[in-house]
Amino acid sequence: MTMETGQQPSAGTWLLRGIVALILMFLMTPVLIIVIISFENSLQLRFPPQEYSFRWYVRFLADPAWQRAIWVSLQVALITTVLATTLGFFAALALVRTRMRTKLVIYGFLLTPLIVPAIISAIAFYMTFAKLGASGSVLGIALGHTMMALPLVVIILTAAFRNLDERYEWAALSLGAGHWYTWSRITIPLAAPALISAALFAFLSSFDELLIALFLSGIRAQTLSVRIWNSLTLQIEPTIAAVSAFFVALTVLVLALDALLAYRTRRRQS
Amino acid sequence: MGRERPATDDARRRIHLLMLAPAVLLLCVFFVIPLLGMIRRSFVDGNVFANYASIFSSDVYLHVFLLTFRISAIVTAISLLLGYPVAYLLAHAKAGIARVVLIFVVLPYFTSVMVRTFAWIVLIGREGIINQQLAIYGLRLPFDLLYNEAGVLIGMTYILVPFMILTLYASMRGIDPTFTRAAYGLGASPAAAFLRVFLPLSLPGVAAGSLLVFILALGFFITPALMGGPADITLAMLIEREVEITMNWSFAAALATTLLIVTLIAFAVYARVARLGRLLEPLS
Repeated sequence: MTMETGQQPSAGTWLLRGIVALILMFLMTPVLIIVIISFENSLQLRFPPQEYSFRWYVRFLADPAWQRAIWVSLQVALITTVLATTLGFFAALALVRTRMRTKLVIYGFLLTPLIVPAIISAIAFYMTFAKLGASGSVLGIALGHTMMALPLVVIILTAAFRNLDERYEWAALSLGAGHWYTWSRITIPLAAPALISAALFAFLSSFDELLIALFLSGIRAQTLSVRIWNSLTLQIEPTIAAVSAFFVALTVLVLALDALLAYRTRRRQS
Repeated sequence: MGRERPATDDARRRIHLLMLAPAVLLLCVFFVIPLLGMIRRSFVDGNVFANYASIFSSDVYLHVFLLTFRISAIVTAISLLLGYPVAYLLAHAKAGIARVVLIFVVLPYFTSVMVRTFAWIVLIGREGIINQQLAIYGLRLPFDLLYNEAGVLIGMTYILVPFMILTLYASMRGIDPTFTRAAYGLGASPAAAFLRVFLPLSLPGVAAGSLLVFILALGFFITPALMGGPADITLAMLIEREVEITMNWSFAAALATTLLIVTLIAFAVYARVARLGRLLEPLS
């Protein structure tokens, strides 16, 4: 507990560090183990693998049923990303800049899908839209996912736009630039890193979402998450380890890109 | 504000409303209206509150409520116990170390809940990796950890600890380190400085983190469904069964409405404690 006081670390400090190291191991081990055992060659998942191979990856990527699921997940996630990021962008910019007294209420309203338990949102969406043709429809699932991704986008963008000085735009306008020119040359470029970051997390949230996709899946539109779920509830197959490792890789990619964006933004500002 | 402002207050207001409208409208159509429809469906023609009456008069359903609350409370307590030391170290560590620690927290946090649950099934199952490792020394776990309440607690705690750590860390970063230094300067021991100065100052963060984890735990579905035994039915699982298996939508809607009300009450407390309103103030 003396980390800030400049003295020699005491026994208490070492104890704290030891405990924290154990907790961090608890957090990271399952994720790492999934990735490692996905390279196991045999039918039984063992740690460490007896023999390393890409067998289950080949099975995953070559199977038409898994391919279809990847394609459905990609379509759903892309539609979700475009819709949620676009809507969230305008909403977040207005929220940070407006002086409306109701802005806190609107902000809270836009975050409600985050507060309502996913199972409730999913069955409410399902009960309303299943009969209207949303069942088994990529667009139906994507609209549901957009509602879940919108709060994430709004949180990320409002946080970023607090740093976005409106005076740059006023300067452009006062120098004779048109509104459209100011938008495309000042506002959008300044907001771009935050927009990309928000889009990445919207994509990831849709890719991972299970419940809405599960209720609406039907036979035609099973996302990857729904297929994993079906496998876990019926019969666990070793392919799932490879699919899981694929999800972990996607998460690492999104976090790495986000960190890179944050790093570049910081460097440009300083 | 300067004279170069491009539009009058009225025009700006109109532009801002126009920018907010699409998001708000879409949320109404695809989220609020379905929710209201669900709540309406929970009331039965004739005896309006029949569904609610049968929820609260049946031991079976009350048992599900109690189990859900108990699991959520235990998960919250363990998450706090595990999360506090990590957040404390994060708040006091040098930037480089903090960055490494955050990777350990954030990577699991953003990894699919289902994938992380699967990892625990592989780890603690009867033929799982932990028993495989123990078997090398001729040992095995003396009791099953999977497909019972222990499994649910392990899985849910694992998934919710990062929420606790990040909430606590955000709050602890706001604690002025000069207070603790002042306590040292006045001769306090590290333990006394922590217990009498830092710990009380961190309590609002503790309240916010605990409420958040508790709220999330109440509505958990994936982990208890995959890691629990036949008797470990949480509220979210019961709702899913009523929709998918029993197909009693009206009753499912009543259960969901009850869960919704409990969640909203807990969230109202959370919003006050965490002072969410501050997040919108422009910096400049």
